[in-house]
Amino acid sequence: MSANAAAQRDVIIRYEDVHKSFGPKVVLAGFDLEVYRGEAFAIMGPSGTGKSVALRHVIGLLKPDRGVVTVDGNDMSKIAREKLRELRSRMGYVFQEAALLNWLSAGENVALPLRETTRLSDAEIREKVNAKLALVQVPDVYNKMPNELSGGMRKRVGLARALVTDPEIILYDEPTAGLDPEISSSINHLMRDLAQQLHVTSLIVTHHIGCVRTTADRVGLLDGGKLNFVSTPQEFIHSSEPRLVRFLGDKLD
Amino acid sequence: MRSMLSRFLGDVGYQLTLAAQVALRVGSSWRRRTLVADQLFQSGLKVVHVVLLVGLFIGMIVALQTGLELSRFGQQDQIGTIVALSMCREMGPFITATILAATVGSALAAELGTMAVSEELAALEVMSIDRISFLVMPRVLAAAIVCPMLTVLCDAIGIVGGGLIAQSQLNVGMSLYYDSVLESLNDRGLPFDLPKDVYTGLFKSFVFGIVLSVISCAAGVQATSGAMGVGNATRKAVRDSIIAIIVSNYFLSWMFFNT
Repeated sequence: MSANAAAQRDVIIRYEDVHKSFGPKVVLAGFDLEVYRGEAFAIMGPSGTGKSVALRHVIGLLKPDRGVVTVDGNDMSKIAREKLRELRSRMGYVFQEAALLNWLSAGENVALPLRETTRLSDAEIREKVNAKLALVQVPDVYNKMPNELSGGMRKRVGLARALVTDPEIILYDEPTAGLDPEISSSINHLMRDLAQQLHVTSLIVTHHIGCVRTTADRVGLLDGGKLNFVSTPQEFIHSSEPRLVRFLGDKLD
Repeated sequence: MRSMLSRFLGDVGYQLTLAAQVALRVGSSWRRRTLVADQLFQSGLKVVHVVLLVGLFIGMIVALQTGLELSRFGQQDQIGTIVALSMCREMGPFITATILAATVGSALAAELGTMAVSEELAALEVMSIDRISFLVMPRVLAAAIVCPMLTVLCDAIGIVGGGLIAQSQLNVGMSLYYDSVLESLNDRGLPFDLPKDVYTGLFKSFVFGIVLSVISCAAGVQATSGAMGVGNATRKAVRDSIIAIIVSNYFLSWMFFNT
């Protein structure tokens, strides 16, 4: 966490005693978290523990059964449709599989939020899209279809789409899942550079410790529906807590 | 039994809600004209050959089955009237809608279902893009336009098929056959001098187009659980569409012809 953000302790995302179940399966059970403006927070945890479920509450894709999730002071369960739309325009969401529409080119995928929610001209949209594609280091893919892109390139295009509205908050759902170590590393460095350049708040869901090391200011382990062991990546990695040691296991290699 | 009933009512409720949401967004169809045009191509042009082939044989079957009976009473020269009215009233709209349910409906459910399970629908939602206006309305509008257009083709080719059988199997001359077709399709009281049977048939196929596309889109949007979920959504879309077409066909026929 940057010194400034820590000093102000300006909370932008807050989970308070959040419970969420799907039928008999309890996913979140008293989940608490405060994410400060400008920091990058990583939620780690074994597969299937509800990391993505926690993330989806922030952007209003899911509502808690009990408890409150607030974004910039707005309760996401009670927010009016218009306010939700405005708040979502200030957030970007990077999906695990990029979730690009396969019948639109990469450039048109990135342009989509601008075409649908703004009155920018075609030329302005094109300029913005090209700038974002260059920012995520895939400047030449505008006319390529998603099925012509590699996994890493699709993630970058997904990231460009999340960035195109100049969000204050970026939510990453397993940004490096399914990528080889080299591509994962380049995505991690890209995320870190973007956070530094754009001064955005990042909430990252991952089970890759390399991603946490490179991108996160703080990290916590989601286990048993609750967030535990919230600390800096260094403290997290070197902790002697048996549960953490068991979870990290050979991931540290 | 109770859970089946509640699931059925839940499905019908969702489909009616979706239909109402589509109706509220038809005003944005000009803005979505590119998407609508694309869907017209996907759901129209790509199935024309199927409709023509099936329509031809349906006309031939109707002519053969009824013509053989009529010939026993020496009434085979009425075959043109029977084929024309059967095709326009019932067979054309029903067969066309069934073909569209099996081809276009299944494709709609699979396409939207794949988008649902690969998080593309969620992506649209987080970008505050109205997925009903962006995805569902163009598909429903295109089906509502295409279904009556294809029905006209099905009616016409069915009548041609009936003519082939009349001449080759029933010894009814082509000119006699087409005279009786034209006579039965002539009503000076209605637009284009066409009878009520043609207009009710086209109205039915307009309704069928909406019914099958709404049901298929609803099944697709609600798909969950990966490839199996997409398969289930597709099966459900075709099954429910055909049932809904048959049931609504009865009530529409009752409404128009129960005098």
